[in-house]
Amino acid sequence: MAIAKKAVVWGLFAAGGTLTSFIFPALIALFLVIATGNVPEGLQFEQIHSFASSWLGKACLFIVLFLSVWHAAHRLRVVAHDFGIRKDTLVANAVYAGAAIGTVLAAFYLLTIN
Amino acid sequence: MSRRPYIRPMSTTTWYMRNGRYKVYVLRELTSFLVMFYSFLTIFGLAALAASPERWNGFLASQQSTAMIIFHGLALLYFLFFQTFPWFKLAPKAMPVQLGEKKLPDSYIIIGHYAAWAVVSIFIFWLAGVI
Repeated sequence: MAIAKKAVVWGLFAAGGTLTSFIFPALIALFLVIATGNVPEGLQFEQIHSFASSWLGKACLFIVLFLSVWHAAHRLRVVAHDFGIRKDTLVANAVYAGAAIGTVLAAFYLLTIN
Repeated sequence: MSRRPYIRPMSTTTWYMRNGRYKVYVLRELTSFLVMFYSFLTIFGLAALAASPERWNGFLASQQSTAMIIFHGLALLYFLFFQTFPWFKLAPKAMPVQLGEKKLPDSYIIIGHYAAWAVVSIFIFWLAGVI
């Protein structure tokens, strides 16, 4: 059982790490552009709403958010250990609960965009 | 009479400060805070998008400030140098490609990652209407 669980956690970590490496620079750059006040055309309500309404758009957004939060959760668990926090079960429950909440919220909001 | 085995004194909270490699390792791991931050920022954005056009415009307006420009700029540089580039660099070690008796040279795998990254980034910018 322990090995099976580890494989799942490790798989999500590796997939999430690859995905965040590819996607997040562009995502952060988009937030940077938004912060300057020049909201690009594709992020105006109609366009982004129609993208998030399509099943392809929903699937892309969900996969990115789902893998990112699980990747970050697994890594934050290790960070806690590195900074001297030795209550691993507590930390693991907290970070994986955070990832689960993020996953459920992402799915919920995406499903309500029609 | 009890033996006292030597235990190397080691701080559990500041051990990585002793060595440059350890510092880089910890800086790499800390990028996971950025991943969490931007994931949840995007999820909050989706909540606004799901609610109404007014909420979405309010979300966009709430993100506009000089402080956020500086924060995103620094976050982008930090993420590139401590997550994206190191991840591509270790890709040939994590996913070696074997062709018969030989291995695909590491540089091919790394260059392939950078090329794919450029394509994905340009596609996202095109989708968002930045370019």
